[in-house]
Amino acid sequence: MTINKRLGKHTINFATPISISAFASVVGPLEKKGPLGDYFQYTMEDNYDGEMSWEKSEQKMMQHALEIALAKRGYLSKDLDYFLAGDLLNQIICANFTARSLGVPFFGLYGACSTLVEGLILGSIIIDGGFGERVGVAASSHHETAERQLRFPTEMVVQRPMTAQWTVTGSGAYILEKNIGDVVITQGVVGKILDMGMANASDLGSAMAPAAADTIVQYFKDTQRNPQDIDLIVTGDLGNIGRILCEELVLQQGYDISKNFSDCGVLIYDPSQDTHAGGSGCGCSASVLAGYLIPKLIEGSLNSIFIVGTGALLSPTSTQQGETIPSIAHGVVIQRK
Amino acid sequence: MDEQKLIDNINKRKKLLTDIQFNTDIEIQNLTEEMQKDYQRVVCLENKAQKMKRKTLRAIRKEIEEQQKLLKQYEQIRYRSMVLKVMPKVPVIKNVIAAFIVGGIICSIGQIILNAFTIKGFTDVQAAAGTSGILVFLGALLTGLGIYDELGKFAGAGSIVPITGFANSITSPALEFKREGYIYGIGAKVFVIAGPVLLYGTLASIIVGLIFFITL
Repeated sequence: MTINKRLGKHTINFATPISISAFASVVGPLEKKGPLGDYFQYTMEDNYDGEMSWEKSEQKMMQHALEIALAKRGYLSKDLDYFLAGDLLNQIICANFTARSLGVPFFGLYGACSTLVEGLILGSIIIDGGFGERVGVAASSHHETAERQLRFPTEMVVQRPMTAQWTVTGSGAYILEKNIGDVVITQGVVGKILDMGMANASDLGSAMAPAAADTIVQYFKDTQRNPQDIDLIVTGDLGNIGRILCEELVLQQGYDISKNFSDCGVLIYDPSQDTHAGGSGCGCSASVLAGYLIPKLIEGSLNSIFIVGTGALLSPTSTQQGETIPSIAHGVVIQRK
Repeated sequence: MDEQKLIDNINKRKKLLTDIQFNTDIEIQNLTEEMQKDYQRVVCLENKAQKMKRKTLRAIRKEIEEQQKLLKQYEQIRYRSMVLKVMPKVPVIKNVIAAFIVGGIICSIGQIILNAFTIKGFTDVQAAAGTSGILVFLGALLTGLGIYDELGKFAGAGSIVPITGFANSITSPALEFKREGYIYGIGAKVFVIAGPVLLYGTLASIIVGLIFFITL
């Protein structure tokens, strides 16, 4: 029997489920102090971690996450057939410099905060298509590097609005291959860009919510599954406000996800940490998935999750020229074997 | 002729788009597709045309783009009203009080310094300059120590409006861009926040000076 590799308009069905054979996350000190702190095994000492600049420390963080993941299976970088990675900085410098040190075939990705899920989908496609055996996927973000690039100098006096989210200092790396390990990627949903005319760079949650809702609804439509069929639907970094909006938008389309819906940006920080609307950034979904969600799958308290990486494709240049913020969301279904 | 047909289509859609209540999702999709076809036609023509003809075609294209935007806005407005409902309230009263107290304290410190200078026998002009200098120094120092932005999180405008806030707006980019070097980093970026204030402040003072000069 041949399996239909494509369902509906957006969903990819992998013929053989792709294993996440190893994974690792490295986070910053603030994330370690958060509610998921106990789950994060590897942390930076501070947001410099002995480097000369924040950019260098972000790059090291991504590299460390990947090296830790490789070490878990005793691999070296030469064992990878491809490396897919991305981050939030201009010209995705952290990913490029990490790839420089690895010396393996590399695709640089940019999907803002959806980069990790984008990488997981593409990596799975490579393996399922038979173009490679082992693919490394990584994504990272860093609070200070993101702030200085997208908003204001970090020491400048700014009263952040309640809708603002805190860019997570964190990175996650994953090794994809066939038939190794307990968790597998079975399906992927490729999202489309939506722009609902939101233009406030301090309120990305409500810019991204329609894209996330669209991807979630598309998945249920394409596969004819119901929200109850999945243990946990989790978005990347919608934050408190985006999460409410997304839930409502999905409900308007006739799917009630209120019982098993969460958001990495909401999970990672405690309200007392003064991060306002929650976490954001590539590192948010990347570190929560590797640090918290996949271990939950392995341990058995969850059987399947649908993680939707949400990206606000924000550029300071276009925002200053009066453009609105387009957003995208990609999803993957990860299950215990 | 092609051009005329495109203009007719635009006019036909104008009525539909102003009468915005009608749209079901399928209608929106049909309209979107129809507009894309027109758009493709006009782009093909425009890129082959010369001079005047190109100008008219460009005008037609702009009109189609306008209509495409209008249709998008219909969805966007619906969503915006939904967003407004869940927006957290800005704690205005708390912010205003915090700004008043902190701003007041900073200004009082300034007053104390000013009085001290005057008591020591400096002239008014000298005392004012000295006070500004000390406050700027304090603002820069506290920024460098990482204290001033913490204060600003609480005090908002109370810490931005006084001259210490101005010092912060210059010191913080200087700290931030140090790693890109003294020329392309600090040199080029130091006024990235304060630049507008300096430019328009200087401009305003020139204009006021001119008026003063002419009327007297």
